[in-house]
Amino acid sequence: MKVEEFLKRPGSWLVPAEDNSIAISSRIRLARNFREFPFPDWAGEEKCVRIWEELKSIFKDMKSFPDPLVTGMGTLKKLDKKILFERHLISREHENKGKGSGLVVRFDESIAIMINEEDHLRIQALRPGLDLKSAWRSIDAVDTELEQKIRYAFSPSLGYLTACPSNVGTGMRASVMVHIPGLVLMDEVNPIIKGMGKIGIAVRGLWGEGTEASGNMFQVSNQITLGDKEEDMIAHLKQIILELIEHERNARSRLMEKKPMMVQDHVGRAYGILTHAHVLSSQETLNLLSSLRLGVDMGILKTVDLSVINELLILTQPGHLQKLEGRRLKADERDQVRAQLVRMKLLNGK
Amino acid sequence: MLCESCQGKEAKVHLTQVVDGAVKKVHLCEACAAESGFDTHGPVSITDILLGMGGEKTSSVMPVRESTCPQCKMRRADFKKLGRLGCVKCYEVFSDELVPLIKAMHRGEQHVGKIPACESLRAQVSVEIAALQKALSQAISTENYEEAARIRDRIEEWREKMTLKKEASRES
Ligand SMILES: [Zn+2]
Ligand SMILES: [Zn+2]
Repeated sequence: MKVEEFLKRPGSWLVPAEDNSIAISSRIRLARNFREFPFPDWAGEEKCVRIWEELKSIFKDMKSFPDPLVTGMGTLKKLDKKILFERHLISREHENKGKGSGLVVRFDESIAIMINEEDHLRIQALRPGLDLKSAWRSIDAVDTELEQKIRYAFSPSLGYLTACPSNVGTGMRASVMVHIPGLVLMDEVNPIIKGMGKIGIAVRGLWGEGTEASGNMFQVSNQITLGDKEEDMIAHLKQIILELIEHERNARSRLMEKKPMMVQDHVGRAYGILTHAHVLSSQETLNLLSSLRLGVDMGILKTVDLSVINELLILTQPGHLQKLEGRRLKADERDQVRAQLVRMKLLNGK
Repeated sequence: MLCESCQGKEAKVHLTQVVDGAVKKVHLCEACAAESGFDTHGPVSITDILLGMGGEKTSSVMPVRESTCPQCKMRRADFKKLGRLGCVKCYEVFSDELVPLIKAMHRGEQHVGKIPACESLRAQVSVEIAALQKALSQAISTENYEEAARIRDRIEEWREKMTLKKEASRES
């Protein structure tokens, strides 16, 4: 399987969930390490290559993992790495890795494993909507199959041992990407972020650690990995997301009550610009797509499909645009190609 | 060795400072070290970064503990600089620093989640019992004594399993 094939569609995790589009996608990742090898950063390239070779042969034959893309980071082109990052399949740190690091992705992108990032294995499961449970089920199955082939670093007191002590215990980070323009417009996001910090929940921007929120999208995740069962952590996070969704719905209806014209104008203008602009920066696009999504959610905009918005979220990023055009594009060229793509997708449908 | 400051008591705290690129060692008794505010430009330790503290409190110098991991050769200084450990063994070697750090970052210091199937029964039982004990104290704190009694029984069952297994292995 090749990276090219990914371009044809957004990952299965971006298929719109039926019940709500406030929770866009759910993700769980597990950090795992070999007992007998030093952690990747300290192991040196030679050992990392050995680990990668060993894992490559394991992934040739996994029941829970049919027909995966298996690729070394050293053999990938820069642009392809960028595309994998834009699809949330690898981290920024992994994008910069080379020989001795690798990636294994299930054909539908629902499971991806980074090899020799911060830990020997970073397994992630992605699902559309708020669906941590099924993400946990599938990642648990992959992990259980792997533990029969790999002697994991594990301590009865500290659980799974990881390169950074902030991940010990379950090694699990569960996160949900939420779209909360109502709370942003009502200026109520900051107190919520602060409050969550106090109960061990982190709120970050679209691209995870150390990034700002764009397009009113945030990642909400558990910060604590040791001292609770995986299922309990997941249930706790889910509870918090459900409350957050309630807050967002509430903010939206207050907005509609107080300033219905403002909301409709906001959505209408976004649609007008997106369907008629000839130059669009990626930041502007993200923000306008957010308004569009809000309009669709609230029934203001009936001609646009959520799946088109999701597709555009992925396809309008710099790496994807260049892949689509088949050449390197300068920033101003990208902005033109982006606008053209958005016009076409929104006006002609799919 | 006597304290360099008061010259009276035994020096128990050995500090390393980097001043303009040169390493300087200072030996103080506990009392002097505590009140000296000796160095205010020490390195910010990873502990503090991870705990998100930073600022004034982090400025005290770290006592010298020249431990190096025998398995992967990571030194304490490497760990502080990188914020990541070298190998599994590092968790033991740097435990004096790691344990309080882990305690502060997480909920407790005992894993109660998934266990690899290949782990020894002993490890599995100890995690299982830890999880039950957690549930037990929760049940007691909410005055759910029926539930507490049930959990106690289960802990007992696990303990029995352990002893049975031990006896079996002794006989064989
Ligand atoms: Zn003294
Ligand atoms: Zn070590």
